[in-house]
Amino acid sequence: MVPPQLGTLGPGSQTYLHSYTAPSTDNLTVSTSPRLTCATVWGALRGLETFSQLIYNEGEESSLFINKTTIIDEPRFRYRGIMLDTARHFLPMPILLKNLDAMAYNKFNVFHWHIVDDQSFPYESVVFPSLSEKGAYSGKLIYTQEDIRHVIQYARLRGIRVVPEFDTPGHTQSWGEAFKSLLTPCWVDGKEGVAKPLFHGAYEIFDPSRESTFDFLQKFIGEVVEVFPDQYLHLGMDESYPSCWKSSPNITAFMKENNITTYVQLMQYYVTRVLDIVQSTNKSYVIWQDPIEEGTKASPDTIVEVWRGNSTVPWQNYMSEVSKHGYKTILASCWYLNYISYGQDWKKYYQCEPLNFTGTAEQYDNVIGGEVCMFAEYIDGTNLLSRLWPRASAVAERLWSRRDVKDVESAKFRLDQQRCRMLKRGIPAQPILDGYCGDYEFGFPGSNGIYETSEKRPRTPPAASSAAGVFLSLLSVTFISCFCFMV
Amino acid sequence: MALMLCFLFVHLVAFVYSNGDYQNDKLVSVTATIGMPWPLPQQYSSTPAVYTINRNVFKFRATDQSCDILESAFFRYQTIIFGYREKTLRFHPKLFLKAGSLTVLDVNVKSKCDRYPYLGMDESYNLTIGAAGATLNSNSVWGALRGIETFSQLVLQQNKDMFTVNGTTISDFPRFQHRGLLLDTSRHFLDVSVIKQNLLAMSQSKFNVFHWHIVDDQSFPYTSVEFPDMSSKGAYDSRHIYTQDQIAEIIEFARILGIRVIPEFDSPGHSQSWGKAIKDLLTKCYSGSQPNGQYGPINPSLESSYSFLSKFFAGVAKVFPDHYLHLGGDEVNFDCWKSNPNITAFMKQKSFGTNYVKLEEYYVQRLLDIIGGMNKGYMIWQEVVDNGAKISKEAIVEIYRNLAYMQDVYLTTLKGYRTVLQACWYLDLIKYGVQWQAFYACDPGNFNGTAAQKKLVIGGETCMWGEYVDNANVLSRTWPRASVVAERLWSAQSVNNANAAAPRLEEHRCRMIKRGFPAETVNGPGYCPQEYSIPV
Repeated sequence: MVPPQLGTLGPGSQTYLHSYTAPSTDNLTVSTSPRLTCATVWGALRGLETFSQLIYNEGEESSLFINKTTIIDEPRFRYRGIMLDTARHFLPMPILLKNLDAMAYNKFNVFHWHIVDDQSFPYESVVFPSLSEKGAYSGKLIYTQEDIRHVIQYARLRGIRVVPEFDTPGHTQSWGEAFKSLLTPCWVDGKEGVAKPLFHGAYEIFDPSRESTFDFLQKFIGEVVEVFPDQYLHLGMDESYPSCWKSSPNITAFMKENNITTYVQLMQYYVTRVLDIVQSTNKSYVIWQDPIEEGTKASPDTIVEVWRGNSTVPWQNYMSEVSKHGYKTILASCWYLNYISYGQDWKKYYQCEPLNFTGTAEQYDNVIGGEVCMFAEYIDGTNLLSRLWPRASAVAERLWSRRDVKDVESAKFRLDQQRCRMLKRGIPAQPILDGYCGDYEFGFPGSNGIYETSEKRPRTPPAASSAAGVFLSLLSVTFISCFCFMV
Repeated sequence: MALMLCFLFVHLVAFVYSNGDYQNDKLVSVTATIGMPWPLPQQYSSTPAVYTINRNVFKFRATDQSCDILESAFFRYQTIIFGYREKTLRFHPKLFLKAGSLTVLDVNVKSKCDRYPYLGMDESYNLTIGAAGATLNSNSVWGALRGIETFSQLVLQQNKDMFTVNGTTISDFPRFQHRGLLLDTSRHFLDVSVIKQNLLAMSQSKFNVFHWHIVDDQSFPYTSVEFPDMSSKGAYDSRHIYTQDQIAEIIEFARILGIRVIPEFDSPGHSQSWGKAIKDLLTKCYSGSQPNGQYGPINPSLESSYSFLSKFFAGVAKVFPDHYLHLGGDEVNFDCWKSNPNITAFMKQKSFGTNYVKLEEYYVQRLLDIIGGMNKGYMIWQEVVDNGAKISKEAIVEIYRNLAYMQDVYLTTLKGYRTVLQACWYLDLIKYGVQWQAFYACDPGNFNGTAAQKKLVIGGETCMWGEYVDNANVLSRTWPRASVVAERLWSAQSVNNANAAAPRLEEHRCRMIKRGFPAETVNGPGYCPQEYSIPV
């Protein structure tokens, strides 16, 4: 087994979950002398979560029980992510933090933070403060550097990597609020900076013809890689539709000067320059599949995220194609949980098998995991948590458990239990089946979940505190041995 | 000229933006209006004159009739309007014709307060805010409630203590008398406090009926005084019940908001949970000549069923003060009845042949006679009438089936029944994207009928069935989409342009969030001045 690698950063010797940590195998035995053995602290976290799920109370009694158990566990895929979008709607900090808790309860280990986009720029940049000053929805709806540090630390303690996405060259309207010159002026009938409805806006998509664009990115990325300790940065690069470029005589001239004949090549030019910038910082990147499909060459440790797929061209086709290029691949296409529908849609998420495409053994090896996507056109603090959970839990099992654990009928009661467990822990996970969650309905005194009501409800100490008491006493007779690498 | 600019400024807020319009400086889908009401009053106009209100000085004053309902509203709206402290606000009106200050809203209720809201109550009011002061006139306390809610929507906060309201003239009344929201507390239990939150949310868009689908197949959380076993055996567990005290609490809470509570005890179908406590109530299903352990709808062939129903509903009638009870009557599956030899014998005895519709009609008629004998009115689902049963014209029929529902409205009113439409407003059937426009477009008066028929359409209801909904998500899933139906039922028929309504709906949503309700997004990307969050 490859010795576990732990990324380290800075003089504080903080440890972060590294992208290539070997599968966090852990052994858990519960008997008269319970024992949790693991190779790394990350395994310990996963094992403790499992342990916490084994404890239960019977009916309406308050005593807690745990059965004699032996578990040997490790994740099937090492990249298990949730993508949140804080640009289409702002997500307040408590929501982000609560979501990290929920992720930990489901052993997710990557928070892909799609932090900015066309609609708003809530990231408070040190180097370019006007980006959020001008680009955020409002002065209150931003993430300060302190907020970001808080999120990263909160995630770290739960064994969750934070991978920020700064999506360019498209999806960048909000960047142009502060720096108009970043965006390409679009032309209509010989006039510069004019929109053509259904085709392009007045200004859109980063301007690859100006060096200032790359100077800006050099400085901006230089900051971002310092702020976010993960080895990986997500660079987006999706949906860069060229209609604005096509309309611009300046772009045409630039292409001519530089022997660029097609817009695909122009995109490749842009992409390559940005990838070079990131590479010079010694960081690696995740990108959406678009540039790879267009033939752009990226560095060997690039992770490519597959997001396309529909009834005409299923995602399997894209997985086959993309994984052929030899890059690490993650699947998101079948897990767009923002696309709601009536009924038990968790079943289709559960049944999406990432390796269910035509490919070679090597291609399958390249698939390192997947992500749940929650684009936020219709999501904000009012409904994120209930909409995401427990549907995302179905994906969590698909990415952690063995391939042959796939029967929805047997999973549904376990998923319902997981849902009730999350309610108890204060996550407003919505129902999947008729029924009830005993003491743990959201808002009941037995639940840690409270919601603000106009009348103040007395908050009785939650049952969880007694669970904590029992847990601690169990722990005192438990010997946890972790052979942890602490560098 | 300045006056013209002021006038323009005030109406500037009704701008409409289409999805992803690049003419915005931000790519929000819809920009909210500022200080406009939802639902839209019948007659509404505002002037550029701005009156300031100091929260420390302002009060409501009853100048004619008063009662607990009015006093309670004065107290409640003091907090709703002034209670939320803003540290900084981005809205700084550039053109500001300060016309004076407002220290009081005079509320003039003509007639003595009723105790309970009722079908057909007078909810009209007029509201004037001008140089002479602010006055709200209404015939009844219900109109005053509606008017005070409207007033609360016009007032804007400028800083910690200073609020403003524009000169306004409103004359308002609801288009339809019955404007309801259905909640289902059987498929999933809903906490008393969640029900109360919903009632408060309802009052913000002038809903006036809480249709409480309290029990069904899955669970029986209603505590019957006469038959306590029904909840002790039929509820999910002892924590998932509504005690008599809690039910009284909810009815009282609704009363103060001018909302009627109409409970639904659905039978003969949808009643599996009733059978756990009442022996021989449900029909035993047979396979061949033997009972197979399954149960079907209530057994209509036994007198014991009717003596039970009599006693049970006598209790219900005492608990719920509204004149109307909803008796259900939907989706009765005849298979179990057909399999049971005793029922077959009964059919023969009654000369019903093999027409089980006649058996259903027989059951319903007996039930209606029982309820009628208690001096209560009743609402029923459409099947009973669709199937040709001749039942009293006193019944109010609710149209819920989605196929050709306007045709059903036409036929039901043709038969002479008062009708309530629900079919096009199923909030639980969620879809991705902007869904509310379809709800807004559905109009209960939109059919070719006589004036008499149109008059029989007394309103509508929107429903949140509970298969996939409980405390965790009922509020965000119901609001603000239910508000869209509220406007359809309150405002004039001509108020039907969804694009024009979108900015006002956006403001309404943000207002609900400001008041502490998790009203979800409905218009695409955007933001509210205060976003909804959870305790840390």
